Amino acid sequence: MPPQTSTPAFELKGSMLTTMVLHVYTADIEVLAEQLKQHVAQAPGLFKQAPVILDFHAIQQSAKTLDIPELVEILRNYGMFPIGVRGGNTSFNSLALAVGLHLLPTTKTASERTSSPAKEEAAQHQVPEMPVKIIEQPVRSGQQIVSKGDLVILSMVSPGAEVLAQRHIHVYGALRGRALAGVTGNTQARIFCHKLEAELVSIAGQYQINEELDAQCLNQAVQIYLKDDHLTIQPFHQKLNLAK
Amino acid sequence: MTRIVVVTSGKGGVGKTTTSAAFATGLALRGYKTAVLDFDIGLRNLDLIMGCERRVVYDFVNVIKKEGNLNQALIKDKRVDNLFILPASQTRDKDALTQEGVEQVMKELTEKHQFDYIVCDSPAGIEHGAIMAMYFADEALITTNPEVSSVRDSDRIIGMLNSKTRRAELGEEPIKEHLLLTRYEPSRVLSGDMLSAEDVQEILAVPLLGVIPESKAVLQASNSGTPVTLDEGSDAGQAYHDVVARFLGEDRPLRFMNLRKKGLLSRLFGGST
Ligand SMILES: Nc1ncnc2c1ncn2[C@@H]1O[C@H](COP(=O)(O)OP(=O)(O)OP(=O)(O)O)[C@@H](O)[C@H]1O
Ligand SMILES: [Mg+2]
Repeated sequence: MPPQTSTPAFELKGSMLTTMVLHVYTADIEVLAEQLKQHVAQAPGLFKQAPVILDFHAIQQSAKTLDIPELVEILRNYGMFPIGVRGGNTSFNSLALAVGLHLLPTTKTASERTSSPAKEEAAQHQVPEMPVKIIEQPVRSGQQIVSKGDLVILSMVSPGAEVLAQRHIHVYGALRGRALAGVTGNTQARIFCHKLEAELVSIAGQYQINEELDAQCLNQAVQIYLKDDHLTIQPFHQKLNLAK
Repeated sequence: MTRIVVVTSGKGGVGKTTTSAAFATGLALRGYKTAVLDFDIGLRNLDLIMGCERRVVYDFVNVIKKEGNLNQALIKDKRVDNLFILPASQTRDKDALTQEGVEQVMKELTEKHQFDYIVCDSPAGIEHGAIMAMYFADEALITTNPEVSSVRDSDRIIGMLNSKTRRAELGEEPIKEHLLLTRYEPSRVLSGDMLSAEDVQEILAVPLLGVIPESKAVLQASNSGTPVTLDEGSDAGQAYHDVVARFLGEDRPLRFMNLRKKGLLSRLFGGST
């Protein structure tokens, strides 16, 4: 049976969410860790469950790289919930993607907006905003979810269900059905999931079926992306260990 | 206020009708005015399990087509007070159940007859009949056998509960889902032939209401037209009573999930179960 589209399975509403932005002024993870510790100690409750965006504007020129996995780990240990990064260079961005963070477009504060027109122009060349679809319920067998941008699934994808996105797919639960990212040919698209048991995964048309999945990746938290045009599945713990 | 409960599964033969009869009887035994409706048009079955097949005059489709009224069609159970059966038609096809017709019947059962619970025995499959059975539901007993194809079908049905029902269409609070595992055989779970209760719950992510063991008592009960909840001594009867109690909010531990150790007497005399 074709997927039912006439009856609403969800509603997408705009909503303003106050988030903290962590402006990072040094790439020295030790200094960062120490100062964060002091800061959180003053008001530990304030940071519980708080969504945080990491802003790297201040160091993106000077610093080549930064241990983002470690930084994210530290923030999570304090109960914060890092959701995305902005203002980073490409090395920052790929590290951020690897730990499941979003790349967010740069927005300017009122003071910055009046500053230099040159900066303004640079900002115009940022990636245009893409629609993100967020699904809070499990995607059940027989259901299909399609997103024109990113697709974020807060629960699981059942066997016999299919999720498709033009960009990344995030599954914060078990991925047991089919997941196809970059369906319109975006080779940069990735799939992130907490537990890989998929029937099929595909990036920009390159796919693997369940039988072909590396046993070491099964039931693991992984990211899936194209490396030299080759579908690559990488468990997260390995990545984090390498980064440390 | 009336609560409408659908007993549904997707897959056929998993124990929906057995469950509908046992569950409705259990609710009525506790004093709730309960109607159990057979939505399996053309394969009428519930009246057999309830032991009232010889008392059917008018059926669900007659009422919808206004060939008889609801008072005439509702069969009052002879053993349990407060328990009524609305049988399905044996001769019509499933399309006879129109949404407006079902709505009218639900309205009358609710407003005029003031039932506490309406239990809807769904047909197998994911077509019209199954959708009609779930459409007006407030709660669902997702009846599942511990094997892969049944679990897959249940998953599909849960998706439909969340999209093709009145509550979903109106954006109201979603149908309350309960997982009911039936025909559970601990020995086959141990040997790996069957999924465990934990496995099924992990796959479906729906709270577990109860586990009904595979039991000879079920076949005996249905052959004699007795809902198994009236066989209080049987394992399945007790398990269904537990399910009713939990459904009503009581806290009861799960039973019948471990291999039974044969007692000395039954070993000596080769007792029945
Ligand atoms: N717990 C149980 N132990 C043993 N047998 C059972 C149990 N539950 C159901 N059965 C048997 O399984 C068969 C199917 O049961 P039932 O008719 O209740 O299923 P159903 O889901 O209503 O089927 P259908 O999809 O055809 O309507 C019957 O023979 C019944 O006696
Ligand atoms: Mg049946």
